[in-house]
Amino acid sequence: MTPVLAQIAQIFLVVALAPLITGWVRLVKARLNGRIGASPFQPYRDVFRLLQKEAVVAHSASWIFRAAPYVTFAAVWLAACIIPTFTTNMVLAPAADLIALVALLGVARFWTALAGMDVGTSFGGLGASREMMIASLAEPAMLMVSFSLSLITGTTSPAQIVAFVLSGGVGVEVSLGLALAALIMVAIAENGRIPIDNPATHLELTMVHEAMVLEYSGRHLALMEGAGMVRLTLFMALIGGIFAPWGMAQPEAGALGLAIGLGAFLAKCFLLATALGIFETVIAKMRVFRYADFLGGALLLGLLATIFLYVSEAV
Amino acid sequence: MAELSQFSYEVAHLIGATVLMAGFQLLYQRRLFAVLNTFAFQALALAAAAAWQAHVQNAPHLYITAAIALVFKAIIVPGALHWLVEKLGIHRSVETAMSIGWTMMAGVALVALSILLVLPVTANAAALTRESLALAMSVILLGLLMMITRRNAVTQVVGFMALENGLILAAVSAKGMPLVVEISIAFSVLVAMTLFGIFFFRIRERFETLDLNDLETYRGDRQ
Repeated sequence: MTPVLAQIAQIFLVVALAPLITGWVRLVKARLNGRIGASPFQPYRDVFRLLQKEAVVAHSASWIFRAAPYVTFAAVWLAACIIPTFTTNMVLAPAADLIALVALLGVARFWTALAGMDVGTSFGGLGASREMMIASLAEPAMLMVSFSLSLITGTTSPAQIVAFVLSGGVGVEVSLGLALAALIMVAIAENGRIPIDNPATHLELTMVHEAMVLEYSGRHLALMEGAGMVRLTLFMALIGGIFAPWGMAQPEAGALGLAIGLGAFLAKCFLLATALGIFETVIAKMRVFRYADFLGGALLLGLLATIFLYVSEAV
Repeated sequence: MAELSQFSYEVAHLIGATVLMAGFQLLYQRRLFAVLNTFAFQALALAAAAAWQAHVQNAPHLYITAAIALVFKAIIVPGALHWLVEKLGIHRSVETAMSIGWTMMAGVALVALSILLVLPVTANAAALTRESLALAMSVILLGLLMMITRRNAVTQVVGFMALENGLILAAVSAKGMPLVVEISIAFSVLVAMTLFGIFFFRIRERFETLDLNDLETYRGDRQ
């Protein structure tokens, strides 16, 4: 398979798979709560239903409100295209690195926050301000993780990092363990999962992401929800790809290698989604004023990962 | 130590880092039961570290250290403290002298400090030994920090025992620490715990609180 074909497959794979992963997390949570739960394919039906509905826009909304869903979804989708999922051999892989990934996610978040404030309702503004508070803490932590990963592997490109880890260039490092813990904390915050945000609530005291997209309907809402699902898949691909890259197809792999890579990616996603469902069930939502402690912890773990790198390499 | 493979060192460091992470988690937790559970987890990681060292150094006596850490520090001491906290009826939020954010930052600064301390002292040692020493030193300093930043007597005791965990981590990483010392350490912890338990009851009986700041008003030199 040529890099171009692999890239096209990847572009459609992330979008096609994202609702299933979200549905699976919901199913796991429902079962653990003692409910039967909806089928894991329910998010597909939800998105199709929303796409067929009329998009109602508030009178006070400007063009920003209408453009935001498209920009957000495009930025998240583009970010998901540069993370290797089943193969490292992709044509877009050298185009962007981890820092560009942080920037793309930042663009998506910026537009969502703008849209939240655009209509002028109090909930939107509240959600936007909370989201920006989370972002100001999560982004430095994410960058710190990228720095320690780049120091270990000598590159900031996700595909090359994965290739480096796969080739056995890096052993069981303390820094990698710390970076993994920090990245998981950042991923929880970025995706608005418990304990930072509850994706299943519309309670005005606690919602963050839901508060910003409260005014959306129809295809706009479908795009906003789709962006959230793709973002979750993106982080799973990132964590699974960098810290457990086994099974991923190398450039020289044939059809069998690609099939193995695809199977391994699906298995990793479902394992992580199951773990997320269990984690969200056993943990309680955090108070807003404790976000700084949680994400500050992620930043400090990233910092520790970098510090320990210097200890082990200072021979 | 040269005969040890790179891989066994890496795994040892990973377990050491788990102990260190538990040390940070101790600083982060506010509730008493959460602190006790985290302490039990740290002791569990310590037992794993000792068992791994016993395996790679081919030193069976370290298995006893691991068993002591597992039975006393991961099961008996947290269990007893659980019972004590319930008995005293103080399972509410833990007050901290500093905010959690500042405490964590001070923790990272202490890790950096311990690395700066360890680097010149072990200039001749291999980088791998250096890393284990830096890890153990950090755990010790984090235990000290916990004793400083907490006001509640129970969390101060946990901080003391976390410090103790760091000492044992350093001892098992260095080759050939005699078992006598370890047994004495384990018993001293147990004795200290008993003493602290009696002490808690005495403080509470007399002053009706475990907040040590309240005790300072009873100090003679303040008058």
